[in-house]
Amino acid sequence: MSQLLSWGRYPRRPQIPHSVNWPEDVLPSLAALAAAGHSTSLAFGCGRSYGDSCLADSGHVLAMQNMDRVLAADWESGVVIAQAGLTLSELIRIALPHGWFLPVTPGTKFVTLGGAVANDVHGKNHHVMGTFGRHVRQLTIYRSNEGVTQCSLTHRPDFFSATVGGLGMTGVIVAVEIQLRRVATSEIEQRSIRFGGFDEFFELSREHDSSHEYTVAWVDCLASGKQAGRGHYIAGNHAQEGALDLAPIGGLQMPIDPPFSLVNALSLRAFNTLYYHRQMKKKVVSNVGYDSFFYPLDRLQQWNRMYGRSGFQQYQCVVPQENGREVTRDVMRQISKSGSGSFLAVLKQCGKLTSPGLLSFPLHGVSLALDFPQRDQVNERLFTKLDAMVHEAGGRLYPAKDAHMSAVHFKQAYPMWEKVEALRDSHLLSLFWKRVTQ
Amino acid sequence: MNQNVLIIGATSGIAEAVARHFAEQGARLFLVARNSEKLQAISADLVARGALEVATFVMNANETDRIPQMTDAAWKVHGTIDVALVAHGTLPDQQRTETNIAYAIAEFRTNAESVIACLAALAQRMEPQGKGVLAVIGSVAGDRGRPGNYLYGAAKAALDTYASGLRARLFKSGVHVLIIKPGFVATAMTVDLNLPARLTATPDRVACDIQLAIAKRRDVLYTPWFWYWIMLIIRWIPAAIFKRMKL
Ligand SMILES: Cc1cc2nc3c(=O)[nH]c(=O)nc-3n(C[C@H](O)[C@H](O)[C@H](O)COP(=O)(O)OP(=O)(O)OC[C@H]3O[C@@H](n4cnc5c(N)ncnc54)[C@H](O)[C@@H]3O)c2cc1C
Ligand SMILES: NC(=O)c1ccc[n+]([C@@H]2O[C@H](COP(=O)([O-])OP(=O)(O)OC[C@H]3O[C@@H](n4cnc5c(N)ncnc54)[C@H](OP(=O)(O)O)[C@@H]3O)[C@@H](O)[C@H]2O)c1
Repeated sequence: MSQLLSWGRYPRRPQIPHSVNWPEDVLPSLAALAAAGHSTSLAFGCGRSYGDSCLADSGHVLAMQNMDRVLAADWESGVVIAQAGLTLSELIRIALPHGWFLPVTPGTKFVTLGGAVANDVHGKNHHVMGTFGRHVRQLTIYRSNEGVTQCSLTHRPDFFSATVGGLGMTGVIVAVEIQLRRVATSEIEQRSIRFGGFDEFFELSREHDSSHEYTVAWVDCLASGKQAGRGHYIAGNHAQEGALDLAPIGGLQMPIDPPFSLVNALSLRAFNTLYYHRQMKKKVVSNVGYDSFFYPLDRLQQWNRMYGRSGFQQYQCVVPQENGREVTRDVMRQISKSGSGSFLAVLKQCGKLTSPGLLSFPLHGVSLALDFPQRDQVNERLFTKLDAMVHEAGGRLYPAKDAHMSAVHFKQAYPMWEKVEALRDSHLLSLFWKRVTQ
Repeated sequence: MNQNVLIIGATSGIAEAVARHFAEQGARLFLVARNSEKLQAISADLVARGALEVATFVMNANETDRIPQMTDAAWKVHGTIDVALVAHGTLPDQQRTETNIAYAIAEFRTNAESVIACLAALAQRMEPQGKGVLAVIGSVAGDRGRPGNYLYGAAKAALDTYASGLRARLFKSGVHVLIIKPGFVATAMTVDLNLPARLTATPDRVACDIQLAIAKRRDVLYTPWFWYWIMLIIRWIPAAIFKRMKL
């Protein structure tokens, strides 16, 4: 069987998959691994996490993707119970024709329900809907010491809050009950506004966040001086009138690993400048399909290979509202100075809704995310500086994207980690968890 | 368009993938398997994916005397069956079959006799219908006996020969017989084998081929396609050389 890597393909620690087809397979698989001398393992969804949170310390993971059945669907209420390996992509294909969509979606549809819960993912509507976990009604989990168990906000709530955003440590999720959200069409009324700098972004946010469910901005990190902070602000709402159609399947594939990274300073600058000037008008309003609004990157499958064999890291931080503007600006300056940022940085104003998970990432504040080709020393030097700035401001990094955060920073930024550690299934351990807790 | 589809061994990874394709086209399904819990989960899933109706029947294929009951139920529910697929099977431990004769015979029974019993019963029902496709999953392993799995291969070869004769018999009636010969497929059956990644197909890939072969009324399907050429070569190797090879 082919071995698995995380999305960033760094750290390069190939994982051997052990396929789980039915919930009853979970415990025997863990037992078989233990008997073979691998005392721990980890559930693996689609491997859309960038760093090492989806990699097992033992190098052996339970592959969840075959466990992808819808167990019950009520198209009156929009409540669906499905096995945890079902991808959001499939769930959309099943639910959208009935007029239901995901309440919260990350920037890729190729993630499993289990993965979405374990990272308590957020989307462009965080300021209105909060995290994914807020829409989860119940979880069914296998634990090596107690077998199958269920939890929700009311039943074993401590266990529920440790599992939502729990990075797969509390057990293997086998089923997820989720409340979908009604939509009248499959289209999004999109407004795309070009902005010249940071302050303009924050003004746009203030203006549009209350009237638009989805908001996000793409910022050119390489632009400096007068052009610093230039970008595109994108806001959208589900269109009330239009078609209710599924997007076609398919898209392009990145067929091979190029021998070197195609992403370098030159290609980056050219790309960012083109991207910034892609729309001539300051503001463009249009109706677009859900696929191109939510998942533009999914169109080039395996685009992560663009970075070549050495892979890349994503840096995503959130800084509390009080200092959000200043600190994010400083962080961006620092990155711009280093000249090694990615195509585009994603800037998002996160809202006030609290997350149910003890280790959920979002905070009320400003989130910034961007990719860096893997270059050991350059990244390390830059990240050390950025981490210090983020932490001083009371911010934190996103474990789903992380391959470098220090144990000290993790423990400070996620003080509830000990509760999760106390509930951890002793047969589960990721490289990430080992790195930041031990 | 809304076809009535009967599947025996419906909890098999390959069969489930095939059933999803039919469900998405709004088929009415009749699913037969021995594990009722898995059967329930799969039928709920197929309904969510668009099946108009899913009926189930719990049966161990080795209880061949229950087969008529099963076909009675299927025809009672759906009236006619447009597509019947017999998918169940096991992958015996070849070494164990070499010393434990009772085990070998039991495995042969599951993979050949019980399948033949199903095909015979389905043929009886389909012939008077004068239409429909009767499909059975064989294997490339049935094309030539290899030291690694010749008991399994022998059972699949029996299906091949049986299907060939049945096809010719039913031809006049308008009922079509298809034998499907998959190569390596990533399912529960092969989960513990260390299959070469490049040669191993997903159940969905194989299911796409199967659905097309049913629609086009093909006689024999190698899936994925390259197994046709691999097996062509393997069948051509003279026995004097083949017996010396490590396969
Ligand atoms: C292009 C792109 C855009 C993205 N955009 C966003 C975004 O906007 N917002 C956001 O929040 N994230 C985003 N992400 C990150 C992604 O949504 C998360 O990493 C998500 O959790 C990945 O899900 P997965 O199924 O691939 O899980 P994996 O990455 O395979 O695993 C993630 C974690 O979930 C655990 N896990 C998986 N399945 C189970 C299970 N059944 N039971 C218990 N634990 C399990 C794993 O052990 C691991 O800890 C993005 C990623 C990409 C590649
Ligand atoms: N996977 C491959 O590489 C491959 C290659 C060539 C051919 N095939 C053939 O493809 C077919 C499907 O196999 P698969 O790959 O999908 O494997 P699978 O998922 O293991 O399916 C095998 C199915 O057969 C069922 N079964 C076994 N004995 C039975 C019995 N006595 N009564 C009723 N059902 C029984 C099993 O039921 P339970 O779920 O209850 O166990 C299971 O659903 C088989 O005929 C197999 O020989 C597979």
